Amino acid sequence: MKVRKLGLAFALAIWGAVLSIGIAHADDTLYQDLGGKDGLAKIASDTADNFLADDRIKATFDNTNMDRFRKLLGEQFCVVAGGPCTYTGRSMKDAHKALGLDNADFNAVVEDLQKAMDKNNIPFATQNRFLARLAPMQHDVVTK
Amino acid sequence: MLDKGMALFDTGKLLATGGVSQLEGAGGGGLSAWALISGYGTRDGVGINGHVTYVGVNDYSLWSEGAAIGLFDRVELSYAHATFDTEDVGAALGLGKNFKFDMDVYGAKVKVAGDAVYDQDSWLPQIAVGVQYKHNDRGAIIHAIGGKSDSGTDYYVAATKLFLAESLLVDATVRETRANQFGILGFGGDKDGDYSTQFEGSAAYLLSRKFALGAEYRTKPNNFGIAQEDDSWDLFAAYFLNKNISLTAAYVDLGNIVIKDSQHGVYLSLQAGF
Repeated sequence: MKVRKLGLAFALAIWGAVLSIGIAHADDTLYQDLGGKDGLAKIASDTADNFLADDRIKATFDNTNMDRFRKLLGEQFCVVAGGPCTYTGRSMKDAHKALGLDNADFNAVVEDLQKAMDKNNIPFATQNRFLARLAPMQHDVVTK
Repeated sequence: MLDKGMALFDTGKLLATGGVSQLEGAGGGGLSAWALISGYGTRDGVGINGHVTYVGVNDYSLWSEGAAIGLFDRVELSYAHATFDTEDVGAALGLGKNFKFDMDVYGAKVKVAGDAVYDQDSWLPQIAVGVQYKHNDRGAIIHAIGGKSDSGTDYYVAATKLFLAESLLVDATVRETRANQFGILGFGGDKDGDYSTQFEGSAAYLLSRKFALGAEYRTKPNNFGIAQEDDSWDLFAAYFLNKNISLTAAYVDLGNIVIKDSQHGVYLSLQAGF
């Protein structure tokens, strides 16, 4: 029985740790950690390069003005990271509703962004803090 | 994009988000079943994987081989065959050296709510319900030592959440079971023949996209009068080479097994799939 209580204590300790970490992260410096406006613009541009080189999703960009796309992606990354920027593009829902993207497409986008962050020497834990804010966009981006 | 409709095996999930294969064949950690659906198929695809696992503790060893199929990131069907070798203890018990217990486990799991990965804006975990039907080939011996049955069914509810901003994956699972030592020693005992509620907890910290470190704890029933059964736990490292191959190595402690106390040692598992 003693060991059983230990199991419960173990579970409670983990949930407690998770909750306290969650609260501690309420205000953070993600924008700085991702290199500020310039750093995020570079990550956005590298991500766009990866999209165009990715056989899984490159056809999605056949009719896209990539200069404008890079600029909007940089703005959006900056806003999501908590930076002092304004996103001037359409909503995620509007921008993706006609594309018929599925979860595999969304995950391909995530992998291309991860690759771009690797290239810009963003630590793994920082990458995950950023991805955690982007992940719920799946609800608007994936329509299939 | 044109051939996407035909790509049933889409390997579209993110690396490591299929988990690994637990002892009884379900997608999970090593000891515990998770709410994640095995394999790398998205909700538009199918994923299959096989595993081979070796557990070597002080006085016993166990091999588990099996396969699981994940259907549309919703349903998981699994099979595992476990062989438990009593080594020298078999001789001491008069069964014969290297006397073996074999067990088949047929599993099914259905995701019922949430998404462990995408729902980062919600506290709701991914929740799945599962069932594992287990059949042991040593009915006569199981009855002789006070066991009630050579087969049994476990029911579980698993909640798994990836706290991505913290690089932490957490699972809590509740299991209704009569199994003695996972079913290797049958189901129900002279002391307690009925179902009891058991708990499984896991936490894994992601060090990189390919490497995770974690710990698990799994409580077990204590149904026999003649032998104490303890809870089990492990400390593991999992390496995801790619979406096809992963390796898990762990230090595992299974506690007392029949006449031998403090059974601890290694857990090694290779998983391959597409």
